[in-house]
Amino acid sequence: MTRLTRRAFSLAAASAGLTLSAPGIVRAQTTGRLVVIGGGFGGASAARYARIAFPRLEVTLIEPKATFVTCPYGNLLLAGERTLPQITHSYDGLKARGVRVVQDWADGIDATAKTVRLRGGQTVPYDKLILSPGIAIRWNAIEGYNEAAAETLPHAWVPGAGEQTTLLRRQLEALPDGGVVGFAIPPNPFRCPPGPYERISMVASYLKKHKPRAKIIALDAKDAFSKQGLFQDAWNELYPGMIEWVPLNKDGRVTKVDVREKIFETELGTRHKVDVGNVIPPQSAAKIAIDAGLTNETGWVPVNPLTFEAVRARDIHVIGDANIGQVMPKSGYIANSTSKVAVAAAAAALEGRPAPGPTVYFNTCYSHVGDEYGISVVGVFRPTDTGFAETPNSGGVSPRGPLAQQREQRRLEALHADAWYASITKDAFS
Amino acid sequence: MTRLRPALFGLALALAPAAALAQSAPAPLIALSCAGCHGPAGAGEGSVPRIAGYDREAFVQSWAAFRANERPASIMNRIARGFNDAEVAELAAYFAGLR
Repeated sequence: MTRLTRRAFSLAAASAGLTLSAPGIVRAQTTGRLVVIGGGFGGASAARYARIAFPRLEVTLIEPKATFVTCPYGNLLLAGERTLPQITHSYDGLKARGVRVVQDWADGIDATAKTVRLRGGQTVPYDKLILSPGIAIRWNAIEGYNEAAAETLPHAWVPGAGEQTTLLRRQLEALPDGGVVGFAIPPNPFRCPPGPYERISMVASYLKKHKPRAKIIALDAKDAFSKQGLFQDAWNELYPGMIEWVPLNKDGRVTKVDVREKIFETELGTRHKVDVGNVIPPQSAAKIAIDAGLTNETGWVPVNPLTFEAVRARDIHVIGDANIGQVMPKSGYIANSTSKVAVAAAAAALEGRPAPGPTVYFNTCYSHVGDEYGISVVGVFRPTDTGFAETPNSGGVSPRGPLAQQREQRRLEALHADAWYASITKDAFS
Repeated sequence: MTRLRPALFGLALALAPAAALAQSAPAPLIALSCAGCHGPAGAGEGSVPRIAGYDREAFVQSWAAFRANERPASIMNRIARGFNDAEVAELAAYFAGLR
């Protein structure tokens, strides 16, 4: 591994003939050290955008994994319609743009000294930090659901190297026809609001083709969910009789799991025996954000809605699922959209310019619910004095209506979903 | 404005004085989220059309038609209603200037 000092990096960059946008500009003119923690949609988009828009910034990305497996399209892997390599992205594109990629865990942040401590022992100094660490699972928030339990009842909600999603896929393949697939779904807020329901749909699509007598029971800690009408229309049309969704007010909240017997137990003590169980657990901001004292009592990080600077620490901009972005969803698209605003704000501060004015944060979440059947929700958001607001009379979900009338709309949205996946991963990783 | 074919554009670049090689105007923040579906720098992707180099006036007119539900759309109508005229003008100017 190369040494991590600025001087060593400059020398390495020079000797490697590192691609700079303007070869005539020497490294000495750097306007600051921008360090990004986390190579997901937020962090990768931030690093890429910083190199394009602010080529004089020295950009370092700290990420423990050699490649990134996306959460989006993981549900298509469960349906057997994507493979792991198809949803895995390397950091080579960012390296080619001059991002210094450090493959290590960021173990801690010293906000006073403005340094990041790596598990490997080194310390990385920053002038501005973009923190995009994602979520942590709140182990034991559901009694009995700990890290060992996830080897039997996978969450498949933090993809890692794809182990969890692959495990759930193998379990579905081994499920006998007539078996029961159970889902435990958390209260708000959590990563990817429509994700559990797309997952139910994609599992149903697989079961309909391969194990048509199997059943799905979805136990939910909420009474309402994203794109609910559209999902339920699709379940009735495509998978009649297969899916039972149990809301909070019908005792849907799972409070305990029995790992050995594969039983989901709800608040009022109803015990649901399943053959394959997917527990999507309650979540918080990732550990590094909590340890750095950036989170409040909610477990998430309050941020300035114009700059994404943490309320509790200067020069640390927190983007992606870890921050309190409500009413914006915790989505890859919002992470991508807000990453650029955070980088622009950080760069402006480093280069002595005023912060950029209010802008628009944008989200589209597509969900696949069956073959050639896609639906979406659109949100156009703006910063307010205290947070974020949806722009009135805009956005919203796909039109409802019988499939016979909406077939072309559903087909187009499934195609657009694929285009979205290709586009946004290019905008983050290429 | 006439769009230069790639070969001609390359020639123009080769002959241009150094000052003219400066990058085009930086993307306004508001335009950056379009990349999530239309590809980086609006290059287009699969079923989602290219918007780089789109005629400025046609861009504004298309947007108004989306906003008023007067043009067939799967999702652009919902998106269009979230942006005001000044913002649409900024988007139109930026994407018209891209090659």
